Amino acid sequence: MTDESFGFKEIGHTADWALEVSAPDLPGLFRLAAEGMYALTETTLKAHPRVERSIELSAIDEESLLVAFLSELLFLSESEGLGFDRFQITLHGPALQAQIEGAPIAGQKKEIKAVTYHNLQISRTPAGVSVTIVFDV
Amino acid sequence: MVQMKDFHKISDYEWEIPRSYRQDMRAPVRVFATRRLLEEVLSDLSMDQAVNAATLPGVVAPVVVMPDMHQGYGFPIGGVAATRCPDGVISPGAIGYDINCGVRLLGSSIRYEEAEPYLAELAAALDRHCPSGVGTKGIFHLTDSELDQVCVLGARWAMKKGLASEQDLRRTEEAGFLQGADPQKVSRRAKDRGRDQLGTLGSGNHFIEVDVVDEVYDPQAAQVMGIGEGMLCLSIHCGSRGFGHQICTDYVQIFQTAVRKYGIELPDRELVCAPLNSPEGKDYLAAMRAAANYAFANRQILAHQARLAFEEVLAGRTKNWHLHQVYDLAHNIGKIEQHEVGGKPMEVCVHRKGATRAFGPGTPGLPEEYMAAGQPVLVPGSMGTSSWVMAGTPASMERSFGSSCHGAGRVLSRAKAKKQVRGEKLKDDLRKEGIHIRAGSMAGLAEEAPEAYKDVDQVVETVSAAGIARKVARLRPIVVVKG
Repeated sequence: MTDESFGFKEIGHTADWALEVSAPDLPGLFRLAAEGMYALTETTLKAHPRVERSIELSAIDEESLLVAFLSELLFLSESEGLGFDRFQITLHGPALQAQIEGAPIAGQKKEIKAVTYHNLQISRTPAGVSVTIVFDV
Repeated sequence: MVQMKDFHKISDYEWEIPRSYRQDMRAPVRVFATRRLLEEVLSDLSMDQAVNAATLPGVVAPVVVMPDMHQGYGFPIGGVAATRCPDGVISPGAIGYDINCGVRLLGSSIRYEEAEPYLAELAAALDRHCPSGVGTKGIFHLTDSELDQVCVLGARWAMKKGLASEQDLRRTEEAGFLQGADPQKVSRRAKDRGRDQLGTLGSGNHFIEVDVVDEVYDPQAAQVMGIGEGMLCLSIHCGSRGFGHQICTDYVQIFQTAVRKYGIELPDRELVCAPLNSPEGKDYLAAMRAAANYAFANRQILAHQARLAFEEVLAGRTKNWHLHQVYDLAHNIGKIEQHEVGGKPMEVCVHRKGATRAFGPGTPGLPEEYMAAGQPVLVPGSMGTSSWVMAGTPASMERSFGSSCHGAGRVLSRAKAKKQVRGEKLKDDLRKEGIHIRAGSMAGLAEEAPEAYKDVDQVVETVSAAGIARKVARLRPIVVVKG
């Protein structure tokens, strides 16, 4: 895998959405997974006001942490109408600290119900890390 | 992956993957399908997911799969798994995030010819009265105490508000509320997501649809249900909205630890589960029931809003604009039920995910008027094809834990559907066929195009031939409202 292949892309799933994400490291994987999730729902943000949030999460492993992080973003989207486009993520074992910055959602065309654990496994590759996430829609 | 050679043929409509297929299976998998439907589905993971479901501790033979099956996440859509009470498990992923997603059908004596000139107006009025789409809020902003009441009372909460009739409740699965719901087992986050969404449709494959009854196959049952050829019906497909999604999310996370605690090994983490008699299992059951009750109330309020739309458009223009309840049922749910297992009655937790309850004639729990005909089974098609009203049979009680199919079942991924179909063109094409579409998103509409689904008629023919439901009437869509 080369640097050019880092990013996210939608892959086929009969009923739901599956997103393949590759990154050089775990914080990058979490950031790209979040960006991919917003891309799937075609979420756009208002220019102002900019908002910041701090997120602290712990889980039993990296995969659970990824589900918890993305679920937190879904919750903020639905409960406060906020989306995020800047992420500073630090991981210490199965604990996450994130400073995230974004804005009120200007438009969102589609809805994700939840982030699933279906066949969820973060894999180490020669170039970094990758994962396929299935979203319930 | 499971292949055709792995099936044992029982009949032209029934196939089995024996327990010997994989060492960790605790029960065989029984599939209701024609050879063609079965072969088509072997290209995705549906059957492997059914085999995985057969590893759940305490699962009772067999795991059942309906002909509208397709790949889900963890558990196949169209799957039914019963687990033994009290020591078998309950699995949130085998019920789904949209807890008590289901369908309600309302009938009428409005003739199609009478209403036809007003269908565009009716589509607009339904769209206006029934909030739909991403991020849409309903007419209520519930306090904690009101939301707790919804969790406990379900559709009865709507009746207290004057938004439901006694017949509405009687003709709803479980009379519109599950006992044993406990709002204390629901997280603050779920409550925050749910307090503004009651009475909303959502998006995705959820819809409100006006149909005309095209053909009646069982006149006696149709008469009891109050549906007749040429008359309008209205169906509502939605669930527990963000409230249910968050409850399932919370408990799938909690159960990741529970499986370690109880030494449960599973082939897919989305199938995480806990014994029904464990603290975790009991808590989830109580929270899941709260979400199910929220969904019953949600569909009841949408039905009330739809009635307002009908009155606004048709009052004074048609002889009668009243919509009466035919039935309301869940197709994503876990229920404690009595079934015969190995010739003996057994209490089991029936997980139905993309499968409807289909109780046969005489089964306790049915309203008196449906005791002879059996429970109405509602099978919506896609927005351009037929929907069906069926009825439960004695065979469904014997062979599928009182369950049947729930719809057409997807066959095309959303990504492929978007590539193949343009929303605007689809809307125009359907209009030429006499179907009025109101949709919040053209991309979303394209994802739900008829070609993304199996042929619902084939699905219905299969369950009918297998004997687990019988045909009552075929419906044709004329107005579709989507979020």
